[in-house]
Amino acid sequence: MAEIIIPTPLRKFAQDQASIKVEGSDVQSAIEDLVKQFPDLEKQIFDADGKIKRFIRIYKGEEDIESLDNEKTAVEAETIISIIPAIAGGRG
Amino acid sequence: MKKQVIVDQETLASMHRHALSDFPNECVGFFFGEANGESKRIKEYTPLENSKEGDQRRRFEVHPKDYMAAEKYAVESDQKFLGVYHSHPEHPAEPSVHDLAQAVPFFSYIIASVSETKVQNTRSWQLNDQNEFEEEDIINE
Repeated sequence: MAEIIIPTPLRKFAQDQASIKVEGSDVQSAIEDLVKQFPDLEKQIFDADGKIKRFIRIYKGEEDIESLDNEKTAVEAETIISIIPAIAGGRG
Repeated sequence: MKKQVIVDQETLASMHRHALSDFPNECVGFFFGEANGESKRIKEYTPLENSKEGDQRRRFEVHPKDYMAAEKYAVESDQKFLGVYHSHPEHPAEPSVHDLAQAVPFFSYIIASVSETKVQNTRSWQLNDQNEFEEEDIINE
């Protein structure tokens, strides 16, 4: 099973766990399995259209899935997926 | 009880030096330590590179790999990843709409209002359950 690293700010929606084992053949299905296990994460990760929020990046290992095959990026048994909240802002 | 962030004088002074050295650009860094109920105690901070492309006088951004490294460091050092500090050059230490749009739960957001020669003031903020920023006390020990 693949593993998803839960970022610290979202752990309270996943019973304070730092990582979760998930099933799925690609990133989309792996994250859907995560949300199935912890439904409170849904609003934190997906927007109203069911797409991964604009301010969240997903990495497979050390690579941004945007440089791979986005949500269709293949997931293997040893894959580690990181959910990364954007850390950005500024005075305006 | 109001939320609070406890930070020792040397760590806060180091964040301030970072804010001054990066002026007129915005600086950014992370901090780590312990969380206990409504209280966080900062034990370490890490200055980061502002990776924002474009005008860094008004914006900051952290590279996702720096974020991943911070999560890893927190686990390895048996600390909690507590939040983010950044500066507002020539601007109040209050979160902007851009800060709010990209804020995440749990993290404390320490903002230093800074001019060329001094830090005007420093305030800390955290999202509440309504997704609004609430100020928290900074306890300087």
